[in-house]
Amino acid sequence: MAEIMYWEAIRRAHDEEMTHDPMVIAMGEDIAVAGGTYKATQGLYEKYGEERIIDTPISEGGYTGLGIGASFVGVRPIIEIMSVNFAWLALDQIVNTAAKVRYMSGGQLEAPVVIRSPGGTAHQLGAQHSARMEKVFMGIAGLRVVTPSTPRQAYGLLKSAVRCNDPVFINEHELMYNMKGEVPDEEFFLPLEGSEVVREGSDVTLFGYNISVHWCQQAAETLASKHGINAEVIDLYSLSPLDREGIRASVAKTHKAIVVEEAEAPVGVGSEVISILNEDCFFELDAAPCRVSALNVPIPFNHGLEKAAIPNASNVVETVLGMFGKA
Amino acid sequence: MSVMPDYLQNGMDSMSKSPMDIAVKKRLLREMLYARRFEERCYEAYVERKIGGFLHLYSGEEACALGVLEAARPGSDYVITGYRDHVHAIKCGSDPKVVMAELYGKETGSSKGRGGSMHIFDVANHFMGGYALVGGPFPLAAGIAKGIKLKGSDEISICFLGDAANNQGSFHESLNMAKVWNLPVLYICENNLYGIGTRIERSTAVLDQYKRVAAYDIPSAQVDGQDIETVYEAAQTAVEHVRSGKGPYFLELMTYRYRGHSMSDSNAYRSKDEEGTWLKRDPILILRDRLIEAGEASLESFKTMDKEIIDEIENEVIKFAEESPEPPVSEVEKYVLAENDPYVLGGKH
Repeated sequence: MAEIMYWEAIRRAHDEEMTHDPMVIAMGEDIAVAGGTYKATQGLYEKYGEERIIDTPISEGGYTGLGIGASFVGVRPIIEIMSVNFAWLALDQIVNTAAKVRYMSGGQLEAPVVIRSPGGTAHQLGAQHSARMEKVFMGIAGLRVVTPSTPRQAYGLLKSAVRCNDPVFINEHELMYNMKGEVPDEEFFLPLEGSEVVREGSDVTLFGYNISVHWCQQAAETLASKHGINAEVIDLYSLSPLDREGIRASVAKTHKAIVVEEAEAPVGVGSEVISILNEDCFFELDAAPCRVSALNVPIPFNHGLEKAAIPNASNVVETVLGMFGKA
Repeated sequence: MSVMPDYLQNGMDSMSKSPMDIAVKKRLLREMLYARRFEERCYEAYVERKIGGFLHLYSGEEACALGVLEAARPGSDYVITGYRDHVHAIKCGSDPKVVMAELYGKETGSSKGRGGSMHIFDVANHFMGGYALVGGPFPLAAGIAKGIKLKGSDEISICFLGDAANNQGSFHESLNMAKVWNLPVLYICENNLYGIGTRIERSTAVLDQYKRVAAYDIPSAQVDGQDIETVYEAAQTAVEHVRSGKGPYFLELMTYRYRGHSMSDSNAYRSKDEEGTWLKRDPILILRDRLIEAGEASLESFKTMDKEIIDEIENEVIKFAEESPEPPVSEVEKYVLAENDPYVLGGKH
């Protein structure tokens, strides 16, 4: 088992899938000759050529629609949108075409596209390059949304997403491409639905996804070592559909829940998970579930303001201590 | 203000060079008349509230879809369009009964009642659907062409949209990509002079749509969309260009819709004079009169054919739609996602 970076895991999945199926292509801004802003397609242009590794014009709506159209006739496009903030320009095609075409054709047509895009706050990129959009995508019927928190997931989810017959949106993070982690050497596929127990615990469940899984893990270590609280960490790598059973099972054990999200609170992952708790296991709860979220502001440029706008592991610890009356 | 472009008022003589076989002309006359009667019967069914939602009729524009696709390979070439889509589907090979059943929202409809008038699909016949976001099909058609190119087949992708769609960004983005990547896509602009209820002069800086694609160095032409022989001839050139690997082509057809944009449209934005002028250039009557003049048809034979078509639509198409079952409410969540997709569960481990 090798320890590789998140971007290397994505690149490996591209490479294997393109070797496996000649109808798999990759497209996006600067992904071919330049090798990809995040190196996710590095070296593949030389290996597979310009018909399959495609530098697109800066036309997010156009090339996303083109990829979706190609998927109608047997192509399996992996579309990289350089920042999820640009995916707003492609929303019409993602939502109105890819997500709905199976339904409105009565099952005749499907759009097996993968759209990969990083969202989230990196290093002072300003309001129009720092936002997240998972809350938008996870509310769209017909679209799958996954968000890998580790190189292993980045590889295994992309592998399954390429072969799945539904459109899949993969939410990555600009801060995570250089993160290292162990990825098995043999080929594997991860399920596109479900959740993972990252750390077993008995006192409170911390629900995270993508980068916030790591904040939850840090917080859990602090809570265990300094406060005697044994937190369970659940990785909600599938945001649509959410793993109702996994959510319920953990809270049935811990009876307390906190959802940690990098995005602002309104209409978000936290709102949705807490609704599931209300619907499926209200009487398991010993305390009101709560959210650790970003402030409801456009992400600021100034470094101090930027840090203040988004949550971190300390905020998670404080919230747990508040729930336990120890704050 | 002139109603029609100059070249139409001046008359455009292309009839003499028509290569169309007389049997084909007779068949196309029947196909156009069938399309007209089909659409007008939809109108009645809508008024009777048998058809709900939106309904956009093609009456007046029949020579466009039927003429272009006559020059292509319907059923094999891929076709995609907007919401005025019934006639395109039928020309690709869809059973009119199944199209009508979809308008009725029935389980026997082409989309099993999940689509409706604006979303007819017939993937087996490569009719890739009607879409209701104006301009949405532009990049989809380019993508289908990309798929054709990857597969290395000699099919082409044909996209029919109206003039008003050209004011969407997707028009420009798609033409640009189609040219850069030399894709086998034929864009047909059915220029009916109105975008919903706004006349082209009031919304569009350049009235001749074929000129706009010069910005992308894509060859184009503009012809009379009411004369099916002219359409056919221009489409042959266009189809040949695309199929031979020379890249995209744009063909503008000057036409007119007799009904409103949709059934909810009062048509108050057009004058009776204008409508009357266009009614005189009815695509069905143009071909009918030409056949009569050539001694290949008579008013009587036309009337007989009309009666046969009306009866056929009533006794087969409408009957089928009316007698078909509703989709079961228990299946309202069917077709949202793929069923039993192994990779949802992680495929092989």
